[in-house]
Amino acid sequence: MSKDVLDKLKARFGAAILETHSDFGDDTAVVEPGHWKAVCEFVRTEPALDFDMPVDLCGVDYPQRGDAGRMEVVMHLYSVSKAHRIRLKARVGDAEMQGAELESVTSIWPGMDWLEREVFDMSGVRFRGHPDLRRILMYPEFEGHPLQKSYAADKIQPLVKYRTEEEAGVPLGKLEPFGPDEGMSFGRGGAPRVDDGRGLED
Amino acid sequence: MGNVGPHSSLTLEGSEHGYATTRVDALLGWARKYSLFAYPFVTACCGMEFMALTSPRFDLARFGAEAPRFSPRQSDLLWVVGTISQRQGPVLKRVFEQMMEPKWVLAFGTCASSGGFYDNYTTIAGTDKIIPTDVYIPGCPPRPEAVLDGLMLLQDKIARNERRPGVVKPRFDPSRNASGLVQLRRSARDPRDLLSAIAEREDRAGARGHGGAP
Repeated sequence: MSKDVLDKLKARFGAAILETHSDFGDDTAVVEPGHWKAVCEFVRTEPALDFDMPVDLCGVDYPQRGDAGRMEVVMHLYSVSKAHRIRLKARVGDAEMQGAELESVTSIWPGMDWLEREVFDMSGVRFRGHPDLRRILMYPEFEGHPLQKSYAADKIQPLVKYRTEEEAGVPLGKLEPFGPDEGMSFGRGGAPRVDDGRGLED
Repeated sequence: MGNVGPHSSLTLEGSEHGYATTRVDALLGWARKYSLFAYPFVTACCGMEFMALTSPRFDLARFGAEAPRFSPRQSDLLWVVGTISQRQGPVLKRVFEQMMEPKWVLAFGTCASSGGFYDNYTTIAGTDKIIPTDVYIPGCPPRPEAVLDGLMLLQDKIARNERRPGVVKPRFDPSRNASGLVQLRRSARDPRDLLSAIAEREDRAGARGHGGAP
């Protein structure tokens, strides 16, 4: 059914639709980041598409892609009147997350406001033209973007200085088997990089 | 009054008079342990179990600890019920600092005790990282009985003027009571029969034309 959604997109935007697939009935179009807002405007206003409901927006980090659009922004849309869905993706940013920017689509779907703030907060994608691009989940003092793969899995940034074991009089570290890596084969190798606040005032 | 030993009890009736001797700190501890005014700092799903605890079936009132006070200045027992995020850390610490001495902290559930499985960038791995904690009640969430054990442990510590942290042990330790557990039994059927039955079914499906790549 909704293969025609992809066909319409390809007919309208041509080379700006980088790739499409419809695996398991999920229609997906990878959009050239420069055309992000135009594509969104089109799927919202075209009467045959009429995607009036923004379902989700999130960022997925693929560090192995290097400079070829490391952060993938994924948008899920649903049309209440046509009862069809589409998933739009845009790959932005180089290996250092430089140029990870997209045009904000809050003017098309007001509901995208907080979702774009969440993607900015968690993944570090900046949305040009967003009315109020602040962190939404983490606190303003937080540095970095925790869902980037380059954010150390065990790094914490406490707002309150942690007590020392001398103050507490009891061991505060985790007991076995809860060590820095907990047996996981990924993400936490090497020495623990916990910034537990004890060094914050040095 | 007769000769009364140090741990015996005597009931005075009518106009009888009597006296008892004790130490001041023991008397204070006895009085404090039955007049705990709770400040419930409820942040997560453990709050459901906290509601069960304070309702008539488990009846926290039996322990003199049922009166909640939603001002830290009027309370002396801080119940930390649920996960504490880094963002809530300053709030929890401020609440604790506003409480009057003497004050106690009870970590309700695994998240408040150690962070539980929230071992990530946004969670404080246990209230003791920022405020002193008297009793830890593990469980996700703990059963109300475990919480009552924790409260009795706290009252015991208060009566003895003991501030070392305590952990509630399970009433029923499965590792020591294996006979009380459900025993998984091997099916009477030979598992190799099951495997061949699955293979047969797949063969039949293949014969009907599923997955028959040339």
